[in-house]
Amino acid sequence: MGKLLKDKATTTKEPVEIQKIVRTVIALFLGLFMVSPLIWMLSASLKPEVEVFSYPIRIIPRSIMWDNYREVWAGIYPFGLFYFNSIKVTFISVTGLIITSSLAAYSFSKLRYPGRDALFLLYLSTMMIPPQVLMVPRFILFRNFGILNTHYALILPGIFIIFGVFLLRQFFMTIPNELSESALIDGAGHFTIFSRIIMPLAKPAIISLLIVSFVWRWNDYEEPLIFLSSKDLFTIPVGMTLFVDEFETRYSLIMAAAVSAVLPVLAVFLAGQKFFVQGVVTTGIKG
Amino acid sequence: MKISRGVSENKGKDLGYGLLFLLPNLLGLLAFILIPVLFSLYLAFSEWNLLSGAAGIRWVGLRNFVEMSRDPWFASSLWNNIVYSVFTVGISMFLGLLAAILLNAKVFAKGLFRTMFFVPYVVSTVAISAIWMALLSRFGPVSEFVRSIGIENPPVWLMDARFAMSAIISLGVWNHVGYCMLIYLAALQGVPKELYEAVEVDGGGALSKFVHVTIPMISPATFLLVVTQIISSFKVFAPVQILTRGGPGRSTSVLVYHIYRTAYQNYRMGYASAMAWVLFAIIFIITVIQWKGQKRWVNY
Repeated sequence: MGKLLKDKATTTKEPVEIQKIVRTVIALFLGLFMVSPLIWMLSASLKPEVEVFSYPIRIIPRSIMWDNYREVWAGIYPFGLFYFNSIKVTFISVTGLIITSSLAAYSFSKLRYPGRDALFLLYLSTMMIPPQVLMVPRFILFRNFGILNTHYALILPGIFIIFGVFLLRQFFMTIPNELSESALIDGAGHFTIFSRIIMPLAKPAIISLLIVSFVWRWNDYEEPLIFLSSKDLFTIPVGMTLFVDEFETRYSLIMAAAVSAVLPVLAVFLAGQKFFVQGVVTTGIKG
Repeated sequence: MKISRGVSENKGKDLGYGLLFLLPNLLGLLAFILIPVLFSLYLAFSEWNLLSGAAGIRWVGLRNFVEMSRDPWFASSLWNNIVYSVFTVGISMFLGLLAAILLNAKVFAKGLFRTMFFVPYVVSTVAISAIWMALLSRFGPVSEFVRSIGIENPPVWLMDARFAMSAIISLGVWNHVGYCMLIYLAALQGVPKELYEAVEVDGGGALSKFVHVTIPMISPATFLLVVTQIISSFKVFAPVQILTRGGPGRSTSVLVYHIYRTAYQNYRMGYASAMAWVLFAIIFIITVIQWKGQKRWVNY
């Protein structure tokens, strides 16, 4: 009897383990398929042009060659400058976004005044407006104010992305009001409550917003394409298209530029994946 | 005592601070969103060639919308966009669901696979377009593969009207499937085990579990994905602009690409704004359907 039970236990256990292995193999196959374009990109960027399209595909190059990167970074287009521009634009707009959004979110969640909810509804409704509706009037307004073809044209609208207010407000609402109330009774002002109590507690939401907005800002293509015309102001995505246009058939070079463009985003994403996922799941928005 | 609704009891007491905290953002909203929206609305009913200067702006009523109804580029762009949306959203969601089901079962290194599926979502569409351009080029790996299975003259995918749109769709699917997987995975994890056990007790098999438990229980996720993915698919631009420029012919032109050409290549700001408002109307209608339909179609 005991033996029978034991046999039964092992026979039901074994297929589960086999199933788990089979599933893992399928997942591995699919996962590799998903990342294969990225692996191919990396591989092509390290090859001389003649080897890029050799078939069957050789993923690990015969010899690793850095010349493509040298040409991207020190060639006719100032890729280092594109990098600097991207870092500058992203850093300033994300910082501004977090400061103004968190202040507004505090107002919408912890302060009470007439018209507050109507204002918040107005905020929410603007989230529906596609950026393409705003692009033409912004282009004209920026032109009239003389900030077209400057980084202000990217930074200023980048600070006021409404989903930042929405995301932080939703999080602030979950912070119990008793915390701020007792501080208020102890004589703390709203700025103290905001900076000493709410902001430290909201750290996960702030990091989510930071990473999500970093990724979308860094990848943004339409705004720099439309608002910038001087090459020295280009951010990475528009800068990359110069390589695509100029070196139409030199794919190894284009891939080296693509790897350079993708790397910082991948690093930030992998470092803060949990927060990124939290952010995109909460807002359901692609910037 | 009412302490649950806000910091202060008195409704108007925080007015000063409330506006002070809101002010920086509100000014930005006004300058970069609300004023542009109103301006855009005015432009939609005007004709204005940017090159003619501020004096050249002329109210034309509905003429932009009449022109739209006769513009073959607009008709093609709208139709192509619908095709793109239906296939990209449908395929991404279907594959995303399959991937989520796979990873929701017992698998080794689950986190690693989730990352592998999701990573294309953070890669910029410009970089993806560059990769697709290389993969689909005349002597690229895709063509070589097709040759190796015995097809002598594979088409030049991006320059062939029969395949160019499919290429753009494949790019969109690769980009978005990981997001769909993520949302479905979260939904699947929320399905109570008891429900599956109940089906087992009734003698139902795996198919019965899927049809009677899984599909209804993840319907909120399906609904969320349909809405957000359709909205995002109507904004597709970079792949078209980089890979095909709407061609060959008009076969891959989409709404935002046509708006872009009209505004920044032909400088017709009024007509471009009118088309942008049609895009807004489409997104608005989808959002309203979401609000209204959530109660009726979704089983919680």
